[in-house]
Amino acid sequence: MNIKYTRMDRMILTLNNIFLFLAVLVVLVPLVYVVLASFMDPTVLLNKGISFNLSDWSLKGYKLILGNDAMLKGFINSVLYSVGFAVVTVVVSLFAAYPLSVNGFVGKNFFMTMFIITMFFSGGLIPTYLLVKDLGMLNTIWAIILPGAINVWNIILARTYFKGIPYELHEAAKVDGASDLLIFFKIVLPLSKPIIFVLAMYAFVGQWNSYFDAMIYLDDPNLHPLQLVLRSILIQNSTDPGMISDQLAMAELKKLSEMIKYSSIVISSLPLIVMYPFFQKYFEKGVMVGSLK
Amino acid sequence: MQELIKAEAGKDAAISNQAEIRVTKLSKKLRYIRENYFLYLLIAPAIILTIVFKYIPMYGAIIAFKDFSTIKGILGSEWVGLENFTKFLSSPNFGTIFMSTLKLSFYGLLLGFPIPIILALMLNQVRRAAIKKNVQLVLYAPNFISVVVIVGMLFIFLSPTGPINQIVTMLTGEPIGFLSDPDYFRSIYILSGIWQAAGWSSIIYVAALANVDPELHNAATLDGANIIQRMIHIDLPTLKPLMAVTFILGAGGIMAIGFEKAYLMQTTMNLPTSEILPTYVYKVGLQAGDYAYSAAVGLFNSVINVILLVVVNYIVKKLNEGEGLY
Repeated sequence: MNIKYTRMDRMILTLNNIFLFLAVLVVLVPLVYVVLASFMDPTVLLNKGISFNLSDWSLKGYKLILGNDAMLKGFINSVLYSVGFAVVTVVVSLFAAYPLSVNGFVGKNFFMTMFIITMFFSGGLIPTYLLVKDLGMLNTIWAIILPGAINVWNIILARTYFKGIPYELHEAAKVDGASDLLIFFKIVLPLSKPIIFVLAMYAFVGQWNSYFDAMIYLDDPNLHPLQLVLRSILIQNSTDPGMISDQLAMAELKKLSEMIKYSSIVISSLPLIVMYPFFQKYFEKGVMVGSLK
Repeated sequence: MQELIKAEAGKDAAISNQAEIRVTKLSKKLRYIRENYFLYLLIAPAIILTIVFKYIPMYGAIIAFKDFSTIKGILGSEWVGLENFTKFLSSPNFGTIFMSTLKLSFYGLLLGFPIPIILALMLNQVRRAAIKKNVQLVLYAPNFISVVVIVGMLFIFLSPTGPINQIVTMLTGEPIGFLSDPDYFRSIYILSGIWQAAGWSSIIYVAALANVDPELHNAATLDGANIIQRMIHIDLPTLKPLMAVTFILGAGGIMAIGFEKAYLMQTTMNLPTSEILPTYVYKVGLQAGDYAYSAAVGLFNSVINVILLVVVNYIVKKLNEGEGLY
């Protein structure tokens, strides 16, 4: 870039950088505050705020959270639901996207229209709920996995990706006598690792962070995913009495429940925090492919 | 006469010809399907799931026009025409809930739409790639935080004894009831939404700006244009098609505003502004069990949505030289 900046331009650029720096601060400060607060002794936090004196720090919140059954169960359930959901969504989307990417596939327009209509019209919450109930899927993992498994956006993403695979590869394989089955599993899928990865990550994160389907379809607390456990801790303020041992004074109980809020946020976000820096570029790529249509 | 007969015969031949073509086309299609049955096997799971979980509920939405009882089932229940709809439209709640929904999303779109564009324009000016990357890393991060955690953080920060109110109390002597006062609900909802999504929404704009030909900028600089002028005359026009699509989709989704966050942010005191159509559908339908009425409210909501999408697309098309979503 060999643009020469005038003084005016340099001033604008400086302002530009200051604004961006402020934006970064606005995003970071609340996050850093929560992480720091999760290590604070609750009394100190309430009276002084964040302190950098190590003697004011405590791991009590984490001890309480890690020793809590509901939290542990929620964590395991969330892993189960998120992995299951990701596998089903990705497999179904890839399978559907491949025929739609094949030239001359009879019925392409019909199927595509059928999928796209569902992006704009839906039966709504109540009819879907009644259906899931009639199918006997309430309080099963299927209620979490199946109704949301079809995501038209994913199908479009995968189809776009498949279309980018050089057609000569298909032709060459066909000449060699390979069937559609062989071409799909031996040529197309191995070349599609990036898109598989993107779709799987999106599905996993989406399911990990959602609570709504679990709230309406799962009554049994033993089946609740992490987000519902978090909801009762963070929003309904109903700290599991078993979490804080026996006969503590009310004030103490309140303090500890504040503490648990911070540590539960950190613990529940841990898998995503760890993954995020490595996978950010893949997530970004997903948005890009999608916007090309 | 003879000519007439000939003409008739010609017509017949043409018709049977067409029929033949149709038949061969059909048999060709059938042959294709037979030869490529594997492709149809692949797409089958998606088709089945779509029919079961998308199309059957669309059919199930007819309970909105019925006096639905779970015992009689969808078909067995009696038709009541528009009764459920008139019941909602004439209920005292209707005006408040409808306006709350509209305002919440309208203001959300108004504030939330320009910020990602501004962010992208600013990011585009950062010359050092490493810095740009790290800034993006931070700005995109909140997108991956769950709604429950976001609302949980809002509750912590804005509670009467939370860090923000500690400052407020120091300045004014008494805390502000951010979470209980209905006047604050919308601002909190929208601002926290921007905090979470603005960075992520800027991605597509950043990508579009990266494709601008640098020669354009060089030429403009030679002509004495400063950065702001180049943003307005080169960068913004590049983004225009994207902006149109994003805006139409946003406006079309105005009534489809997310249930999840509003429901979590509801307290008994902020209901006058926080009760919106989707939360109302949930409460009436799944908590109170009035399925038909709730389905009617839901259907009403979707219809308004489709109308909005069509109208906004029409307006944007007019303003944007014929370029719209469809």
